[in-house]
Amino acid sequence: MTRRRSDNSWHLVLLPAATLTVFFVIPFTIMLAVSFFQRIEGGFFEPAFVLSNYVRFLTPFFGKILATSVGLSATAATIVVAVAFPFAYVLSRMPRRRQTTILVFILSVLSLSEVIVGFAWSTLLSRTAGIGNLFHWVGIAESPRAYTPGLASLLLGLAYLAFPYAVLVIYPAVSRLDPELPEAARTSGASPLRAFTSVTLPIMRRTIAGALILVFVFTLGAYLLPQVLGRPRHWTLPVHITDQAIFQSNIPFAAAMAMFLLLVSLALVGLVLVVDSRRRGDQS
Amino acid sequence: MAVDDVNLEIPAGKLVCLLGPSGCGKTTLLRLIAGLEQATTGQIIVGGKDQAGLPAHRRDLGMVFQSLALFPHLNVAKNIAYPLQIRGVDHAACASRVDELLQLVRMPDAGDRRIHQLSGGQRQRVAIARALAINPALFLLDEPLSALDAKLREHMQVELRLLQKTLGITTIVVTHDQREAMTMADLVVVMDRGRVLQAAPPIEIYRSPANSFVAGFIGTSNLVRCRRTGVDEIEVLGRNYPAPPNSTRSTAGGRDAVLSVRPEDVALHTDPSDGELQGVVEFIRDLGSSVEFHVSAGGITLLSVAPPRGRPNVSIGQDVGITLHIARAALTDP
Amino acid sequence: MIVWLQRGFVGAVLVFLASPLLVVVGVSVNRPKRLLFPPEGFSLQWYGEIFTHDGWTNALLNSAAIAVVAGTLAVAIALPLALYIRQRGGFLGRALFALGIAPFMLPPVVSALGFMVFWIAAGFHGHILATMVSHAVFLVALPLVTISLGLETIDRTLVEAARTMGADSRTVFRTITFPLVRPYVISGFAFAIVLSLNEYIIAYMVAGFTAETLPIKIFNSLRYGYTPVMASVAVLFVMTAVAVFGAVAWFGNLPRLLGAYRSEGR
Repeated sequence: MTRRRSDNSWHLVLLPAATLTVFFVIPFTIMLAVSFFQRIEGGFFEPAFVLSNYVRFLTPFFGKILATSVGLSATAATIVVAVAFPFAYVLSRMPRRRQTTILVFILSVLSLSEVIVGFAWSTLLSRTAGIGNLFHWVGIAESPRAYTPGLASLLLGLAYLAFPYAVLVIYPAVSRLDPELPEAARTSGASPLRAFTSVTLPIMRRTIAGALILVFVFTLGAYLLPQVLGRPRHWTLPVHITDQAIFQSNIPFAAAMAMFLLLVSLALVGLVLVVDSRRRGDQS
Repeated sequence: MAVDDVNLEIPAGKLVCLLGPSGCGKTTLLRLIAGLEQATTGQIIVGGKDQAGLPAHRRDLGMVFQSLALFPHLNVAKNIAYPLQIRGVDHAACASRVDELLQLVRMPDAGDRRIHQLSGGQRQRVAIARALAINPALFLLDEPLSALDAKLREHMQVELRLLQKTLGITTIVVTHDQREAMTMADLVVVMDRGRVLQAAPPIEIYRSPANSFVAGFIGTSNLVRCRRTGVDEIEVLGRNYPAPPNSTRSTAGGRDAVLSVRPEDVALHTDPSDGELQGVVEFIRDLGSSVEFHVSAGGITLLSVAPPRGRPNVSIGQDVGITLHIARAALTDP
Repeated sequence: MIVWLQRGFVGAVLVFLASPLLVVVGVSVNRPKRLLFPPEGFSLQWYGEIFTHDGWTNALLNSAAIAVVAGTLAVAIALPLALYIRQRGGFLGRALFALGIAPFMLPPVVSALGFMVFWIAAGFHGHILATMVSHAVFLVALPLVTISLGLETIDRTLVEAARTMGADSRTVFRTITFPLVRPYVISGFAFAIVLSLNEYIIAYMVAGFTAETLPIKIFNSLRYGYTPVMASVAVLFVMTAVAVFGAVAWFGNLPRLLGAYRSEGR
């Protein structure tokens, strides 16, 4: 007699698996195909097999977009993780009620649409309703001025967008960290700061590396903030993808750029997963 | 959990066990001493110096944690060297001290090994070596052996005690295991609900427990309700006995008290008329090295233990006579 | 001192997170139809306009319909998937789990473009149904993760005990598994609803011009001139999120739901 856990679980999963395949795998297959298609003026596209959409990656136009995207995301990811790690660490050591309250707030900010984040920051940095006005009021600035659009305001917005995400990525790992480890460093003579840098940080280095990559991918996907808080030269890959798809009606080129973004993201996320599984292997 | 009204003096060079059920405040007391928690009132004085306001890293101590808290990113030698490096000890001195400590805990060649490659007992030793690295004035251990299996634990208790005696270091061990406390301690401090119930050498606690909680917590004991009928007389299960010498507590005449009689001080006789009390054998547990008898007498169940060779020839359901060796019992508050 | 330093740091970060929202709250109660902070006068008219102005009401109804349908669909896909993965595991289980969370993990613009070309090919581009299904597929990850977490907390011996008492697999699900996993199903549903309400790029690329949702409407207003209704809608969104996540935290263990095992602070 063979051992069977359950008798009828396979047909249970058939419908959901089919749904995901039809509405997710097929779209990506179509997108992959479209990226080789030819654009037709005034319409969408027509079937063909051309590499011209990918060849455009070699132009300075695309190089500049890529450099902007990577530069912005890398800077934002570094800032965000540098703040989010100590934040998540302190959070995980708070009494549970306070932790829960702060987590509810973090989740709420996380769920906010990029549209709302963009609008909120453009308001906060505006001339008439934000800190510009406030600085004028308390006398720091001579006249109220706007701090947006610009590189600094865009970075601020990206950091705001990614911060809750970074906290939620780091939080599980730091909350599972044995609290006696930093305490052992303290009773060995290390000051709180030294205990943090010589014990907590090294133990968490894989978590930090993973968080850096995930936040990088997350900010790489920002499509709206560059338009709201940045200038056109700060437009990132996703902005150009939407721009090409909707306003330039060049869906094949948009698809090719999307495939590129997809592959880069998949590779980076895959890297995190591999590191993660290796860590688990270490512990067992 | 709070600690309240604790007044303790720890003798230098001795090993003290803080003993009590979980949640009794023993770990909190240890963390207060280590500086990991701050007391709202009161003083902690080590070697004549008030430790108030001194953070954990400025106190001269070594601590072994319940989880051992060995740093997974450092190897054995680097773990042991950590407190030395923090204090800026130079490389050569560090290395020779680490070798010395590895010798001390009998793991001479393990310096290069990773923490996750070690067995439970080896981790234990590394944690001890790390805590002793700076020759601290105070050696603190929080349930250090709780992760080990029973056999290894008993072995490590002996080893730890011998090490402590060799070094003559003032040591405080938190434990909930009374056998562990009896094995290692010069002084046992029994705690419950944040208070110290009794602080005395192990055998004194065993022989004359301060109250019925201590009597019940240390070893097994028959706790029998009784009355003090006169200056030197008590009434137990309807019979009068002379009050035991261990009855210095405030059990004035006419008041209820509890008599703590150890199972080895309850003797059984095959002939019911031989003892002062009569009972019926309910259950016999033969453990090989000793035999336990559960005897019901006067509405309670008494536990009696006999060595296998001195075993009374009784069986379940039999009427027996009982003798209580009152002189070795202790009279305590209820 | 260390404690105060930590509290100061956490406090400062929370202020940073809250400040743009506070400004938006201030702007939303302005009396004049201009972007001003501190607000001039106090008025709730811009909140009223969400429900009275046709454009906004329409967007609100679209958003709500999409969120509810997409959330329900996402749970309907995720629940059997999670059950199967828990029961069978193996390579197929891992692959299905990856398939379930992939749409959410990828840059949203990539998924959005994928959905867009798909609906163009299928002939449903611009239809609200397309947005609903796209959102459902995009958000399956959330109930899938919460339900899987919930199933992991159920002791397998409970199921086995029910079996020995004569329950078949359907009865086991109805009487044991589902009641125990229900809080996780509800939280997954709640997460999906809130994220669907806030989602912009997929809704925009799939049916942005025909089935306008609130985020799309806000962004269009942002581009073509200011109205304080944007601010009041934004406040409404924040309050919805706080209420939903607050409820999830109230009825369940939020730290645990987010993956913390040592949730008890010392």
